[in-house]
Amino acid sequence: MNMQVNPQELSLEPSPLLSVSGLSRFYGERIGCTGVSFDLWPGEVLGIVGESGSGKSTLLRCLAGIDRPDEGEVLFRGGPAPLDIYSVAEQERRRLMRTAWGIVHQNPRDGLRMDVSAGGNVGERLMDNGARHYGRIREKALDWLARVEIAENRIDDRPRQFSGGMQQRLQIARVLVSEPKLVFMDEPTGGLDVSVQARLLDLLRVLVRDLGLAAIIVTHDLAVARLLTDRLMVMKDGRVVEQGLTDQVLDDPHHAYTQLLTSAVLSV
Amino acid sequence: MNAHQKPAGETARPAYNYAYLDEQTKRMIRRALLKAVAIPGYQVPFGSREMPLARGWGTGGIQVTAAIIGPDDRLKVIDQGADDTTNAVSIRRFFERTADARTTEATEEATIIQTRHRIPEAPLKAGQIMVYQVPQPEPLRKLEPHEAETRKMHAWAEYGLMQVKLYENIARFGEVTTTYDYPVMVNGRYVMAPSPIPKFDNPKMQMSPALQLFGAGREKRIYAVPPHTSVRSLDFEDHPFRIQSWAEPCGLCGAKDSYLDEVVIDDQGGRMFVCSDSHHCETRREAGHRGAMLADASALHLVEDEAKP
Amino acid sequence: MYVAVKGGEAAILATHDLVAEARRGDENVPELAVTQIREQMGLACARVMNEGSLYDPDLAALALKQSQGDAIEAAFLMRAYRTTLPRFGSSEPVDTARMAIRRRVSATYKDLPGGQVLGPTYDYTHRLFDFSLMEEARVMVGPDPTISGPESDSGAHPSGDARVEPGHDAKPLDAFMPRVPDILGAEGLMEEEAPPAGDPRPFDLTREPVSFPAERDVRLQAMARGDEGFLLGLGYSVQRGFGGNHPFVGEVRVGEVSVEFVPEELGFAVDLGEITLTECQMVNQFTGSKDVPPQFTRGYGLSFGHSERKAMSMSLVDRALKCREFGEAADYPAQQDEFVLYHSDNVEAAGFVEHLKLPHYVDFQGELELIRRIRRERAERLAREDEPLPEVAE
Repeated sequence: MNMQVNPQELSLEPSPLLSVSGLSRFYGERIGCTGVSFDLWPGEVLGIVGESGSGKSTLLRCLAGIDRPDEGEVLFRGGPAPLDIYSVAEQERRRLMRTAWGIVHQNPRDGLRMDVSAGGNVGERLMDNGARHYGRIREKALDWLARVEIAENRIDDRPRQFSGGMQQRLQIARVLVSEPKLVFMDEPTGGLDVSVQARLLDLLRVLVRDLGLAAIIVTHDLAVARLLTDRLMVMKDGRVVEQGLTDQVLDDPHHAYTQLLTSAVLSV
Repeated sequence: MNAHQKPAGETARPAYNYAYLDEQTKRMIRRALLKAVAIPGYQVPFGSREMPLARGWGTGGIQVTAAIIGPDDRLKVIDQGADDTTNAVSIRRFFERTADARTTEATEEATIIQTRHRIPEAPLKAGQIMVYQVPQPEPLRKLEPHEAETRKMHAWAEYGLMQVKLYENIARFGEVTTTYDYPVMVNGRYVMAPSPIPKFDNPKMQMSPALQLFGAGREKRIYAVPPHTSVRSLDFEDHPFRIQSWAEPCGLCGAKDSYLDEVVIDDQGGRMFVCSDSHHCETRREAGHRGAMLADASALHLVEDEAKP
Repeated sequence: MYVAVKGGEAAILATHDLVAEARRGDENVPELAVTQIREQMGLACARVMNEGSLYDPDLAALALKQSQGDAIEAAFLMRAYRTTLPRFGSSEPVDTARMAIRRRVSATYKDLPGGQVLGPTYDYTHRLFDFSLMEEARVMVGPDPTISGPESDSGAHPSGDARVEPGHDAKPLDAFMPRVPDILGAEGLMEEEAPPAGDPRPFDLTREPVSFPAERDVRLQAMARGDEGFLLGLGYSVQRGFGGNHPFVGEVRVGEVSVEFVPEELGFAVDLGEITLTECQMVNQFTGSKDVPPQFTRGYGLSFGHSERKAMSMSLVDRALKCREFGEAADYPAQQDEFVLYHSDNVEAAGFVEHLKLPHYVDFQGELELIRRIRRERAERLAREDEPLPEVAE
């Protein structure tokens, strides 16, 4: 084993995994999101909540490298040196999106290859990175399917034959197989019925904890935010109106809009 | 009177340049060929010209041959391995007419071999040039329909998706089910479509002493494999690439290691297998090799009276 | 069996003879003259000129005769010939505002300078067969029973040409016929069409390969040579909601324009002659952005000869393909430049579709071997009655 000493790792001051400053994106005259700044630490789960149209999906897409922002900077410290993800070449950005971070889309069809088997979907990142042993790829795929609670004998089935909840879990496996440091999730439980949601949330909670993942989760569902996230950012009309520890924000909201959001939640 | 009508007395036939294409166009094609040879397996876009033969019928190969052929060359043209298929005949006649080309059916004597869908059985030698007719130059096309995207995938060697396709085959059928146009990795860098040759022929491209040129007229791409270049068929470590084999040898010449065509003899399911490479088969028969069906074949007029002493 | 036996060459020669026979048809029937096709099948010739990418009505007529009326074969002949022609350079841009109008209509204005000139059009004919045309000696020009009109009208209505002739009860056409988009543009309502800085020569896709995403000059050139039927279908799809916004015909005009060329040695423009063009400008829904106030957007079509359906279809697809420039999503085929440009070339399409007739038995042999082996192995497995088979889908 190669024992290299990285001065950075020895530093007493750890650095955030992701540093965002002044991020803005516009659609013509309309504001998508504006002036967003925050830090995300390794292993931390950040929630972004707000109504539809609040700008949270726009923000997520800018953070995840999908849409280029009009202003601001996203610095990723997943490797030896911090990377401004929008000033590196597209090739590098694409590579990072396949290895160091992952995106779980709201609609699993956007994040899966519907015509490729479950095993192929999970194995793709491995094959992207040069894996060439069929048996070992398949073993790893089986291992991950088990971790997301998909039965082994479904490995050769295509996602079209899966239920919505299973498709979502497959998407998670596909993203996690490359052991990313950061995962973005856009409404991960959207469109699923309540019992399925609960199961998925449990799974996510366990995985995030076991793998020490950092995650940014966009959701309009405060219950999801409460269960999964450590910190919360509340968005309205493209701006962050409040942020803080999740429990604090939800139990003791300061901003009027946050108060509105939390009071509107039906308590079960 | 328009430009193409000649005054009375002159013949109406316009004069074409040697090998049909004008010199400017040939220069353009040669520049593309040089670039292709310099970057083995990389698809070079070129200004493919409208030709008097239809797209899909070999215009890419024809343009490559037209750009390189000279009076000292000997041209062999094959289709499905045979010199006498109608389109091979048509293309050979084209070069006879427009370049006064010297033609041959003997593989060893040819300096340029233009081919559709086969590599000859006889090993090629240094100084020979293979020109392949290519319908779809993009090996990733079935996985990704957009040109703008596949270009990026090649530029950044993002070939995982290709491997996924092979994985899918093995998961579903236990083996890779691509039998022709089997994708290869050239010089360890570019994934290339070798044209619809059967996978049986893929090993012949590896470290060949000949120069291999590929022309796709309709898709407007040229690519090349220089002599002595590594050409490796894609596979998995534990599912290595395999070529086809037959249960019986050639019915006419007895060859056990050539690619065989299936010929239906009667309507009771009778069939025989015959070398696809017609010149190879003929050469073997002339050397005395006899296949089991040779007598029958003569009776069926499949060959001229060779069985008779 | 034309492969193993040496007969391929003979077969090809024989087939050429059969084509010549089929093309001539019944020898008792008079042979078509190229001039007859040029004069009396002008709309077919226009199509061949467009898709053959060469303006020459005589050659187009010859091509139609030689190809037995097959328009795509005829276009193929034109294109193959075009490849051999020497290129002198590019003409000056033709000025359609100075067109000698034979027909000019606008759907966006009731009336406008120059007026609505109906010209020669089938638009208002009733599609009823004129069986009198089957008689050979019949003169085609004369009162047309398929155009409705009161019996007491003065004089004959020429069913062909609408060039104004003296003696008819009509005033001469206006010399001043501004293009509708220019009228809108004067008010600032129409998006400007400005050539790139320096007005460089447009890309020529017959000389250089196209790369995607394709710029507008490439798209327009490809569509000008593209199959009318394909573009018509795509234009129709736009209207039916597959990527449209509501189009209006700003103007369709048909007539003659001068082609001018500046030879290097002379340094001034020389008139090479006239060609007939059809131009269509569509006016589409307005867009705007943070910096630009809302304006109508434009779809443009231009074609050789009298070919309105082609020019109109082209303008619908032109606007659809501009979606990228306006930040609209490219969800549908008519909006996707790769899809439109690759598949609108009918000579290429025909070549590739028809090449399937060529022998493919070597590759098919590979498929036969594979399928037989898989079936054999499957049968063996079943015979052993082991674990259930994995599903072999499709």
